[in-house]
Amino acid sequence: MVIDWNAFTPWPALAGGLLIGIAAAMLAVLNGRVAGISGILGALLRPVKGDVAWRVAFVIGMVVAPFVYGLFAALPKLQIDAPFAELVLAGLLVGIGTRYGSGCTSGHGVCGLSRLSPRSFVATAVFMGAGFVTVFVTRHLFGL
Amino acid sequence: MLVLSSLLAGLVFGLGLIVSGMADPAKVIGFLDLAGRWDPSLALVMGGAVGVGLVAFAVTRHRTVSLLGAPMKLPAARHVDRRLVLGSTLFGMGWGMAGFCPGPALVAMGMGEVKAAIFVAAMLAGMGVFELLEGRTTEAVRRHS
Repeated sequence: MVIDWNAFTPWPALAGGLLIGIAAAMLAVLNGRVAGISGILGALLRPVKGDVAWRVAFVIGMVVAPFVYGLFAALPKLQIDAPFAELVLAGLLVGIGTRYGSGCTSGHGVCGLSRLSPRSFVATAVFMGAGFVTVFVTRHLFGL
Repeated sequence: MLVLSSLLAGLVFGLGLIVSGMADPAKVIGFLDLAGRWDPSLALVMGGAVGVGLVAFAVTRHRTVSLLGAPMKLPAARHVDRRLVLGSTLFGMGWGMAGFCPGPALVAMGMGEVKAAIFVAAMLAGMGVFELLEGRTTEAVRRHS
């Protein structure tokens, strides 16, 4: 393993992580809900009365975050390498997988680990493992 | 009030993803690429978030209502089953292919990235497939919990 010291950004990573933790804390302490993005989104596809507005509000908050960030600093440039077909396949896998697995990087990774949930430890280990293997296969075996 | 606090939480979450660099799929893939030149940043993002989360969820653990008076509805399931493992495997594969998971994809879409919007549309379609196949059973679980 070779660490890419030029790409490694420890301080912004830690600061951003603290913000994410604060956001999860806000939703748990104020709303009594877990900040799992896939669950918040997924449940909107089968809306239950009285359980919609906070979900929509959370999603709006996330989508407008770049606008608010842009008021104070220049937005970072993103690099999205995956071509159209791969994005569609990846999106389908993420959508189906997070719903069957009951969570994603936020629900299992951030909140579940914070709650010391054994289920979330397993889920996080599995999706990270699958991510490592997938990148190894696509980048190093097939050279995509 | 609950809607406002949720909006703010979503906003802070999104800002955290931008500040941390995790809205950028190339940065996420830099972490997932152990065999290449490895960028450990994502581990620190998780560490920072879980550090705060540990305190927050320890505080909420024994509460029955939130500070704003809403019933606490944190996940209670603790069992590991095949659905959890298979679902997480599919998710990890998609995550590794595109470098997007649900949160960063929403934020990148908010940046006006067309590719992120395509990913989000496909992700919602995937969630729709789950609802078609399993929606009724999860609905029953939701009502009984």
